[in-house]
Amino acid sequence: MIEVNRRGEVWVFVEQEGGALAEVSLELLGKGRELADTLGVPLGAVLLTVADGETTATRLGQYGADKIYLVEHDLLRHYQTAAYARAVCELVTAWSPQVVLYGATALGRDLAPTVASALRCGLTADCTDLQIGDHTPPGSKELQKNLLLQIRPAFGGSIIATIVNYDRWPQMATVREGVMVMPQPDGRRRAVLVRHAAAFDGFRPPLAILESERRPKKVNLKAARVIVAGGAGVGDKASFRLIWELANCLGGAVGASRAAIDLGFVDKDHQVGQTGTTVRPALYIACGISGAVQHRAGMEESAKILAINTDPSAPIFAVAHYGIVGDLRVVIPKLIRAVRSGAKAEELGEPLAPPAAEAGGAGG
Amino acid sequence: MGYHCVVCVKQVPDTKGITGEAMRDDGTVNRAALPAIFNPEDLNALEMALAIRDGHGGTVTVVTMGLPKASDVLRESLFRGADRAVLITDRRAAGSDTLATSYILACTVRRLEADIVLCGRQAIDGDTAQVGPQLAEKLSFTLVTYLEQLLELRNRTLRARRNLGHGWEIVETELPVLATVLDSANTPRPPAARRVMKFKKARCRSEVEQAIGRELAAASDDERAAESARRCSALAGRGLLIEQWNLDDIGADLAWCGFKGSPTKVHRVQSIVLAGGAYREYPASDPGVAQLVRELIEDHTIG
Repeated sequence: MIEVNRRGEVWVFVEQEGGALAEVSLELLGKGRELADTLGVPLGAVLLTVADGETTATRLGQYGADKIYLVEHDLLRHYQTAAYARAVCELVTAWSPQVVLYGATALGRDLAPTVASALRCGLTADCTDLQIGDHTPPGSKELQKNLLLQIRPAFGGSIIATIVNYDRWPQMATVREGVMVMPQPDGRRRAVLVRHAAAFDGFRPPLAILESERRPKKVNLKAARVIVAGGAGVGDKASFRLIWELANCLGGAVGASRAAIDLGFVDKDHQVGQTGTTVRPALYIACGISGAVQHRAGMEESAKILAINTDPSAPIFAVAHYGIVGDLRVVIPKLIRAVRSGAKAEELGEPLAPPAAEAGGAGG
Repeated sequence: MGYHCVVCVKQVPDTKGITGEAMRDDGTVNRAALPAIFNPEDLNALEMALAIRDGHGGTVTVVTMGLPKASDVLRESLFRGADRAVLITDRRAAGSDTLATSYILACTVRRLEADIVLCGRQAIDGDTAQVGPQLAEKLSFTLVTYLEQLLELRNRTLRARRNLGHGWEIVETELPVLATVLDSANTPRPPAARRVMKFKKARCRSEVEQAIGRELAAASDDERAAESARRCSALAGRGLLIEQWNLDDIGADLAWCGFKGSPTKVHRVQSIVLAGGAYREYPASDPGVAQLVRELIEDHTIG
């Protein structure tokens, strides 16, 4: 491990997928910028690649990095654990950052624990928030100041845990895509490029990648303005058709809770939540979703949330703006009819309140 | 030629049933208070090991770190076909985070013959997926995460398909290997009736001592110790004594175990207490739904 130090930088490990920068890495640069500013230290981006690092480095500077630590080597062409972990450990040992953040992607969840083990430091997975704060260890009077508070739901979602590590540095965390907000790039920002020559002489990577294929995602939840999501309360796969129908008539995307995925109602690409995708649509309709904290973590910042559930005490109602206590199999068809007819009063029965002069003909 | 497989398994609290009463003030979970199950993806890891033995010969050893009652998952493994079961249990291991746990497991695996170590991708309580990769690093075994299908195993070379979520990879490497196994990799075989009949009587030493403590509560310490030795010896003779090791048996440096060996510490735990939300409720009737839709159209949320 490295020495605990207060001048160390905040670093973000930057992941590239087939030449394109992973969105989660850019989101982490945004959060990293905040953390670095709070600590009063520079923000560094770690970029491991085979060639053309300078072009990417320029972009990373525009997204907020002060320094780009660039390692270029043929062995870094495709991700594999041993080569990447070796390079990251060399950089950390040479530069002693305080904090290193990784996207909680397949790559990040392979690389980060390997680095943490080699450096004998702490790592917290799937954080839903990161802050700087103080901590007094139990039984000690010594206040540990300005630590990275690593916040995540735990133990079935019944608690929010804040984790710290204060004596075995660096402090490392992984964060899923969409949890942090994508920063706006600033075309005028420039970063300093720091080249590092990795000690790969005589190093033979133990693993060969024979073949690989990327599968395009079935749904782009992050881009959707409206999401209709189904949970275990939908009941069965056949009934999940109602979710698709409502999404289609609203021009929205289909989402799902983890429970619905595990029950096989829909493909994992549709999962919203801490271990799925984090979304912030204009409208999120949660149907038959109880609202466990890991699900709420993935959607509670939606501009408007409508919850439909037979159980009025379901936790989802705690984050909802609108709620209907009822059976989604009854309510969704009514919603579909109302949307298709533009909610014209004459076709659907008496409105609850006396119609205002401009209501009824609006939109639709 | 056979391969020696070691499978790391974990008994986990059934995370669908956790309440605040199960948490201690220091942020650790009082695992004894919760219903316990075999971590689901560890069953897939065990199945992969058993399939390797079926196809190539060799042995399957199952290891778990936990309280004596974690012997349940070892018995479950024996029911399904494991050859050998080892329990690592020691109060000084309490409070271990993933780094300390992987250290303890590494000390354990080094005392076993292991060509292939298999772990479930992640446990349903911590949900970190970190112990597998950290154990691989400590053992200096090549790491293969997200293993979905073992394509070929020949002359100590392994070829496998990894499912990365957004795509897949075919990788090839020489043993020794540590792989983390996905639930999509296989369907775990059920317990075999004959093995259940035999191994349901398997016990670790602590379980024997606990039983004797209850049955012979009035006896002296010496009498209880003598009975314990007698019963353990009888179990061992029938192949029913689950091996039990502590941190000294595996040569662990205590500085790397338990709370002291865990860089990550709990700063705070907040129970989720949901206050009633201030949401606008609409009746589940046609007019009620129409009213809601009207409002959403009017403020341009939809339509």
